[in-house]
Amino acid sequence: MSNSKLSWIRDEVAPENRSWEEFYRNRWQYDKVVRSTHGVNCTGSCTWQIHVKDGIVTWEMQGLDYPKLEHGIPPYEPRGCQRGISFSWYLYSPLRVKYPTIRGALLDLWLEAKKEYNDPVEAWTSMVNDPEKRKRWQRARGKGGFRRASWETVKEIIAASMAHTIKQHGPDRIAGFSPIPAMSMVSYAAGARLMQLIGGVSLSFYDWYCDLPSASPETWGEQTDVQESADWYNAKMLAVMGANLNMTRTPDVHFAAEARYNGTKMVVFSPDFSQVSKFSDEWIPINAGQDGAYWMAVNHVILKEFHHEKQEKSFLDYSKQYTDSPFLVELNKDGDVYKAGQLLRANRLTQYKDMENGDWQFLMWDEEENRTKVPKGSVGNRWAKKNKGHWNLKLEDNADGSKIAPKLTFLKDSDQIYSVELDDFSQGETITRNVPVKMIETADGQVPVATVYDLLMAQYGVGRGLEGYPENYEEDATYTPAWAEKYTGIAPETLIRFAREWASTAEKTGGKCTVIIGAGINHWYHANLMYRAAIHALMFTGCIGKNGGGLGHYVGQEKLAPGESWASIALAKDWFGPSRLQNTPSWHYVHSDQWRYEKSFTDYHTVPEKQPEKTLAKGHTMDVNVKAVRNGWLPFYPQFETNPIDLAKEARENGAKDEQGIVDYVVEKLKKRDMKFSIEDPDSSDNWPRVWFVWRGNAIGGSAKGHEFFLDHYLGTHTNQVSDPQFAKGSTEEVVWHDKVPQGKMDLVVDLNFRMDTSALYSDIVLPAATWYEKADLNSTDMHSFIHPLAEAVPPAWESKSDWDIFKDIAEAFSKVSEKHFPEQMEDVVTLALAHDTPAEIAQTEIKDWIDGEVEAIPGKTMPGIKVVKRDFKNVYKRYISYGPNVPKNGLGAHGTHYDVKDEYERLKIECPTETWDGETYPSLKEAKDVCNTVLELASVTNGELAYRSYKNMEEKTGLVLADLAEKNRGVRMTYDDLCAQPRRLHNTPMWSGLLENGRPYSPFTYNVERLVPWRTLTGRQHFYLDHPGYIQYGEHLPTYKPKPTPTQYAELTTSESEHKAKVFNYLTPHGKWHIHSTYGDNHRMSTLSRGVEPFWINDKDAEELDIVDNDWVEVYNDNGVVVTRANVSVRIPRGIVIIYHATERTLSVPKSPLRGNKRAGMNNSLTRARLKPNLMVGGYGQFTYHFNYWGPTGANRDTFIMVRKLPILNW
Amino acid sequence: MDIRSQISMVFHLDKCIGCHTCSIACKNIWTDRKGTEYMWWNNVETKPGTGFPTRWEDQDKYKGGWEVVDGELKLRSTSKAKTVTNIFHNPNMPTLDDYYEPWTYKYKDLFDSPEGDDQPTARPISMITGEEMDIEAGPNWDDDLGGSPIYAENDVNLEGLSEEQREQMFAIERLMMFYFPRICNHCVNPSCVASCPSGALYKRGEDGIVLLDQERCRAWRSCISACPYKKTYYNWNTGKSEKCILCFPRVETGQAPACFHSCVGRIRYLGVLLYDADKIEETAKRPDDELVDAQREMILDPFDENVIREAKKNGIADSTIKAAQDSPVYKFVKEWGIALPPHVEYRTLPMLFYVPPMLPVMSAQEGESVRSINEEFFPDFDKARAPIKYLAKMFGGGNESHLRYVLKKQSAIRTFRRAETVGDIDKIDAEKLLIEADCNPSEANDIYELTSLCTFEDRFVIPAAHREEAIEMMKDPLEHKQEAGFGFKEAPARGW
Repeated sequence: MSNSKLSWIRDEVAPENRSWEEFYRNRWQYDKVVRSTHGVNCTGSCTWQIHVKDGIVTWEMQGLDYPKLEHGIPPYEPRGCQRGISFSWYLYSPLRVKYPTIRGALLDLWLEAKKEYNDPVEAWTSMVNDPEKRKRWQRARGKGGFRRASWETVKEIIAASMAHTIKQHGPDRIAGFSPIPAMSMVSYAAGARLMQLIGGVSLSFYDWYCDLPSASPETWGEQTDVQESADWYNAKMLAVMGANLNMTRTPDVHFAAEARYNGTKMVVFSPDFSQVSKFSDEWIPINAGQDGAYWMAVNHVILKEFHHEKQEKSFLDYSKQYTDSPFLVELNKDGDVYKAGQLLRANRLTQYKDMENGDWQFLMWDEEENRTKVPKGSVGNRWAKKNKGHWNLKLEDNADGSKIAPKLTFLKDSDQIYSVELDDFSQGETITRNVPVKMIETADGQVPVATVYDLLMAQYGVGRGLEGYPENYEEDATYTPAWAEKYTGIAPETLIRFAREWASTAEKTGGKCTVIIGAGINHWYHANLMYRAAIHALMFTGCIGKNGGGLGHYVGQEKLAPGESWASIALAKDWFGPSRLQNTPSWHYVHSDQWRYEKSFTDYHTVPEKQPEKTLAKGHTMDVNVKAVRNGWLPFYPQFETNPIDLAKEARENGAKDEQGIVDYVVEKLKKRDMKFSIEDPDSSDNWPRVWFVWRGNAIGGSAKGHEFFLDHYLGTHTNQVSDPQFAKGSTEEVVWHDKVPQGKMDLVVDLNFRMDTSALYSDIVLPAATWYEKADLNSTDMHSFIHPLAEAVPPAWESKSDWDIFKDIAEAFSKVSEKHFPEQMEDVVTLALAHDTPAEIAQTEIKDWIDGEVEAIPGKTMPGIKVVKRDFKNVYKRYISYGPNVPKNGLGAHGTHYDVKDEYERLKIECPTETWDGETYPSLKEAKDVCNTVLELASVTNGELAYRSYKNMEEKTGLVLADLAEKNRGVRMTYDDLCAQPRRLHNTPMWSGLLENGRPYSPFTYNVERLVPWRTLTGRQHFYLDHPGYIQYGEHLPTYKPKPTPTQYAELTTSESEHKAKVFNYLTPHGKWHIHSTYGDNHRMSTLSRGVEPFWINDKDAEELDIVDNDWVEVYNDNGVVVTRANVSVRIPRGIVIIYHATERTLSVPKSPLRGNKRAGMNNSLTRARLKPNLMVGGYGQFTYHFNYWGPTGANRDTFIMVRKLPILNW
Repeated sequence: MDIRSQISMVFHLDKCIGCHTCSIACKNIWTDRKGTEYMWWNNVETKPGTGFPTRWEDQDKYKGGWEVVDGELKLRSTSKAKTVTNIFHNPNMPTLDDYYEPWTYKYKDLFDSPEGDDQPTARPISMITGEEMDIEAGPNWDDDLGGSPIYAENDVNLEGLSEEQREQMFAIERLMMFYFPRICNHCVNPSCVASCPSGALYKRGEDGIVLLDQERCRAWRSCISACPYKKTYYNWNTGKSEKCILCFPRVETGQAPACFHSCVGRIRYLGVLLYDADKIEETAKRPDDELVDAQREMILDPFDENVIREAKKNGIADSTIKAAQDSPVYKFVKEWGIALPPHVEYRTLPMLFYVPPMLPVMSAQEGESVRSINEEFFPDFDKARAPIKYLAKMFGGGNESHLRYVLKKQSAIRTFRRAETVGDIDKIDAEKLLIEADCNPSEANDIYELTSLCTFEDRFVIPAAHREEAIEMMKDPLEHKQEAGFGFKEAPARGW
């Protein structure tokens, strides 16, 4: 072909002129393609095709073969983002940890000690008990001097340190931290299994990361359960708050973008013009951290217009059946006014006084029969022993089986109108509003009650003709749109229009409004209140448990789909009873001594002024945490100042005959105050954690809120924090105060890593871990409903090994030293918190402390459970590789489910590899792939028969027909090889609350709404009202607004202001674009596409005031530490807030800080520390009952303030 | 009529996430070698912003593309006469400063530093000199409005905007941003091809992919100046220039180019367009504001019998004609008129088209509070944050009517689908809006489906390459089957 007119344009077809094209064709060639994914807590769980050429991973491309969902939903392909696709860089990069690496100072001392002591344990003891030597390697932490070592040497040191610690201090001084099992669950299980086999401690992560939305357990008794991203497409109104979908939900955001073409409206709430704002119809530039105020007023409008004026039937019916709205709350007289108290218990009424678990049965008013009724479905029904099969949401009476027509409000037929006192924390005052009341005859006289619904109307300020309420939207009173404007900076008319569009969309669509919410909200101190306000807008409009509706909280890859079988392996439940599971927020707050740097929490946390005696709502956070541990609400390890193995021995020596004898001995000792809980004296060296394993996470860096305190108190090395460690002196009541500040609590820190990140840089020993393209593992997420493998595209490079193999090797080394040091089995006293999804949910109706003699000290009821476990240290390795006998004996379950697996366990012994020792044969867990298969074979999401059995078991508990949900999939089983061939979709199981048959997108609580299975809460319904006595003391029993802590209240600028006073900003650390937490940010691709550093984002006018120009080096500081980085000056950042995207590293391009003695500056967590919200510590009460990663305070850090200046001098 | 077939592209900017997965997919495979570090055959820019290389749209500086002088099309960068004088010095060529100096870090210091009194850090070093360096620029420096007072304000497309419109882009209650992913446009009238003194650039006859021959290139670098999109790059290691090859080894085997495959926003479409090469010159000469229409006219209807006949006459395979009929690009560009060429005023007739973005509605700052100014359920595009004039400079040759047309249609489709799926908007009103937007229910549903429900197969309709026929012109394909992959490929003269 030629073109006569345009001679310059050559359309080339001649082959001889194009033979050079082979140049590029040759590059596009490869030897094999292997499916894997990235284990990185991005929640993405994307399927990837890893291309291998010449035995080298050359690049990765997304897999496209997801099974399709139902018609009319966009497909999932492709999934994968800029970060995932850059992963292959790491494998052969100069950042790769290729060999076992150890701090030189430690190695030298070890070799010296080994010359003196042939026995490794004795060698370690000699080093670690010599304060000078111990200090020697502690001081060197983070300061270079790494050396390559052999696997044999490092394994021996690690095994010796473990044995020494168990002997001298107790196994509960050995802790393992690894986050988010779902991202590579076998690798997580590796270390966790070893911890639990030796009696060590597994540290939680979801709460510590502040990923746990406390409002979820508060409302639903559920950790988190959310719709898969495809279900966003079903929403007709999307409200996005605190979530930056492009950045964090990169492979999912298309569903939102695409939904808009299907007529969905999208509104984004964000203080900055965040990346997702681009997709919105309206961007609401809400003031940072004021989303709660906005939603409170939205609820005001919805209740007024749609509930009261319009009486929208679908909303009212939903409230009656699926929420606690109709339940009766007792009003308590306080002077001239009344206050809302606890839900009225059924057994207070004469006719119900003998009802089983009558303290945990609650009342409704039947509007047809005009009398009280006790609906089924309460926690009392759940744990009933006699009256079984009534745990369901049928509107039926527990006592006589009659139908219930729940009455929502006594507005029209009240017995009385009472003036109820409510807290207005925004003004720091109380207000009174009239509430219609019914008088109920109880055994101890007439009791005034109001419905939760009427109390909500009062709290939200919807008058309905009653006195004490705002007249209109313009009145500045809680919680009108005009009131909200003061906090949110959003005009009332904008809010009102939003509320109307919201409710009318829900009305027209039967509940298809969705809130997508994230860390941007969840990291605030009062995040639970903000979440609750938004959740209420969903509940008031019937949007929970619907496809296209609900709360999409996407913060952390918490959904481990095949949970039942996995947990049995990871927590060594196949061998033992209780595991030592620690809520990490408390652990770090206490052990890294962050508690020493603050006084009473009421300095910044507003609570009602009038408090009862012995209230939980005053004092120091530590005091509440001590009470929480003592009363069994929260776990804490180490448990006691005494070694738990010595304690068992001591009990035996004192005549204990059996387990009960040991337990009685321990209780007696505690009651007599002969032995302290460790948390009562955390700075005594008796109570320090000693050996710390970190794998799959960045415990000292990216996830170390209060990083500089870690360096100080855990590691004993240099630190840039300048706070006063004596600050808390005199302000605590429950803990022993030490003037001498403990530094360097940890004897040994071991990190498994494929890259030299901040944690590795500060650890004593770094073990070379296989990457995600070099090992067999499993990965699941809540963003979609498939399960993925990680696979070995190439064998682990250099001397690296998979996490499973590393911990297996450590187990073997430990077993070896144990043959000499622990030849016999030993008893270990294990404490555990009262647990969710067990009868401990009905342990404590009120707050009473055994220590004051208010109640009897009963383990597992009024205090922690106490158990005795037999440790067999020399057989730890054999147990590690064998799937133990408790599985066929006890069956499996999770979230309160249960099923039998005897036959399946036997099948594994026939079809899969086995281990035989001491005359018994077990399914083998020796190889990671065997672990994958064991998990898949015995989980209900991947084995249809087990799902069926689990539903059958639920049928017994609920009296409902449910097993039909699994009928279709009964024959389906998935193996690891199946997953490698193609992603497989999970199937229905009672472990999860979303129904997903026939390609229906997963939406949580559809199981509850459609099949009437209760939520795992007090009433079995979704809770507006939180009647725990502690919540009432904190004023959080009703939805409310609390002001953000101020910089003065937080007192994190005291020293800094004296050093150099500059402009103060609220410091936000949302998730960034070029990293997933700290991973990828240090890789060459991502650093090139950003600015070569993680910059400091600041508004242009703020920058101008500080004489800061784009790309200038800046010094960002407060008393917690200092960061030196470069400014990114942008108009999209509002004034007064600054951003450093979450989880930077201090490894790359970090200059020194002139303000802090010219020492190397830190990373984003150098500026933070955690503040725990004490009311989240209560326990033993319905949904307020502890579960690992489910309940407990979170590591909030968003209310931090910093100062910034232009860096005066750049010094490397 | 001289019918050619061209593999063409649509990028749906409304869906673009700005994630750069596309950029990495490309880099991993093609430009991860010495000499190519700074090349981003695929890059993504934030608008408003100055892009990569910086201010590439400033043709007063770079002199890329074509101009019409005395009724003739002329390269702005050079004429044959200028080539000689500019051979050793080309003042319009971007320098490394206009791109960036690629860097890495002394990662090894983290492992190898001896124990000291402070923590080691890995300092940045140049990948070119190996020396320690200060990072002052990168290929995506103004990402997400980074440094916006410096960069966004220097966006070339802001020229001609009123003071008020300019302010709008930088007042937080009204500001906006969107993403602009870019690859080689594989133009029909490529100035790079025309500029090459060695004849190293060519358009492939069968699919229109523009390639730069790694054997014939003599490093004149005229193409670098001539390409107004700055999508050819000089490899300082091999001494050859290189550019986006539209992953032809993948396309030839029926796979989407890597950046298309990896697009997780699902914004990319690829398919065949048939066009009349006889019309290239007259099309490229039309006034700026007529260029969009003219280019569309040049594109032919693959269902037209006359077109099919003429195409066959030109040797276009049946399979290609079928692909052209199924082409999603044809639908977006020609049938629906909602995809527009970028900077059509450069007159290279780019064959990559963009669906412009809908952006959130503006707000008004009133005292301490912000009020949304929208009154409709969905934003009125006249109240949206992107000034039409700005978008028209990028995608309309300055002609705002094209932008109004697209945005109006998109908005009408949303309203129509809302009426269909929720029913809180009256169906008759919704259909009226469609008609006003030159649309109808059936087209609206087609657009909706290809935008939202599209599968991989819907987005990428790749014609058969008939490699066997190409190979047959050199040797027996059976022989090729037997020996493909063996043997050595000689390095080009200057090595690689």
